[in-house]
Amino acid sequence: MSEHELRVAKIRNGTVIDHVTAGQALNVLAVLGIDGDGGLGVSIGMNVPSDKLGTKDVVKVEGRELSQGEVDIISLLAPEATVNIVREYEVVEKNRVERPARVVGLLSCPNHNCITNADEPVDSAFAVVDDGVRCEYCGEIVREGIGDHLAVD
Amino acid sequence: MRHDNLLSAGQLSREDIEAVLDRAAEVAADPGRVAERQAGRLLALCFFEPSTRTKMSFDTAIKRLGGDTVDMGTVESSSVKKGESLADTVRVIEGYADGIVLRHPSEGAAKLASEFVDVPVVNAGDGAGQHPSQTLLDLYTMRENAGLDDLTVGIMGDLKYGRTVHSLAEALTNFDARMHFVSPESLKLPRGVQFDLHEAGARLREHTDLEAVLPDLDVLYVTRIQRERFPDENEYQQVAGEYRIDADTLDRARDDFTVMHPLPRVDEIAPDVDPTEQAAYFEQAHNGVPVRMALLDELLGGDDGGAGR
Repeated sequence: MSEHELRVAKIRNGTVIDHVTAGQALNVLAVLGIDGDGGLGVSIGMNVPSDKLGTKDVVKVEGRELSQGEVDIISLLAPEATVNIVREYEVVEKNRVERPARVVGLLSCPNHNCITNADEPVDSAFAVVDDGVRCEYCGEIVREGIGDHLAVD
Repeated sequence: MRHDNLLSAGQLSREDIEAVLDRAAEVAADPGRVAERQAGRLLALCFFEPSTRTKMSFDTAIKRLGGDTVDMGTVESSSVKKGESLADTVRVIEGYADGIVLRHPSEGAAKLASEFVDVPVVNAGDGAGQHPSQTLLDLYTMRENAGLDDLTVGIMGDLKYGRTVHSLAEALTNFDARMHFVSPESLKLPRGVQFDLHEAGARLREHTDLEAVLPDLDVLYVTRIQRERFPDENEYQQVAGEYRIDADTLDRARDDFTVMHPLPRVDEIAPDVDPTEQAAYFEQAHNGVPVRMALLDELLGGDDGGAGR
């Protein structure tokens, strides 16, 4: 991409989540709990051209590195994503996301009749299956729109 | 069986199932031999939804083993009405009893309960989820009437919300069974159950009409289609009428055909089927006692340590 086309400025220190499935950038921010209130510098590119994906989203967060739980859930929203750690404008670490075996407390079950939606003192728990996730309590399978079920504010 | 709880049929191996059924057959043949096996033990009956057969047969089963029950009563008369969580309710009841039998309207309730207590939990129905103790008595009845090998089973009615169906289908994957699922389009097996059946390598087919598969069936397991699943009365009447069997249906089936139903039935099996040799549903309900005696004995452990956890 030439300077002419550059849509999202480089960051000095922080994380660049690249190759995010087009349309999922706002869900990635939701996973990270970033809504602009915390004062972090955030840049988002949505539906930008990508050689690998056709179009992709890019999320850049100034001054923040990701936890394993955050990376896990991003892997479900955007299996092709790469997580780049940037220090002094240079990428010092570049990781592909890996799908975890299970995710706990990060998604809410779309089955309204599931006991995890009943104000009980438990975290939701989903097993990661071939092409989606499955509630360990009620067995509900979520394949599409996992980002719609994030258990974050 | 080496389990602390019975939460879903999927946890049961063929060996687990056969052990309970064999034990149930021994119990049925000579109930007197086990009359003191659970003497002094208390079983808590926690039914957050109405029940007749399941609750009474667990009650009977533990008493025939020499034990007794403590009953939470109806939700209206309990502290659940005051907004207590299930987790708190079962933690309190754990202090009163040696095991908990739980029926609850939410899927996953029994699993949740089991995470908060150390006593065995039996899932006696969790919403549209599972009802594994019913499955054990269903399999017992099937084995008595048709055997469990090289079996062709039809399962008809409300396959979407029918928890007895979900548990039975999963358990049948342990056996050499071909499964035909017969239901209206709107009440087909849910995705999660289909997933488990395919993972287990089940041989299954789905149909909207019974007639084509009827002559192949050894067993037909009929379930009730509930009125509240349909937006209007006309649609319900039309659908329910298509999944009703009567004595004429039996004429088109094999001679050694067996008709089962977890009960209660409304009108999906006509009364003219009741006196026939094919009708096994009342026998099936009676089998709930020896099967649940065998199950409780396995889960609670006997006083001679012979069938401990």
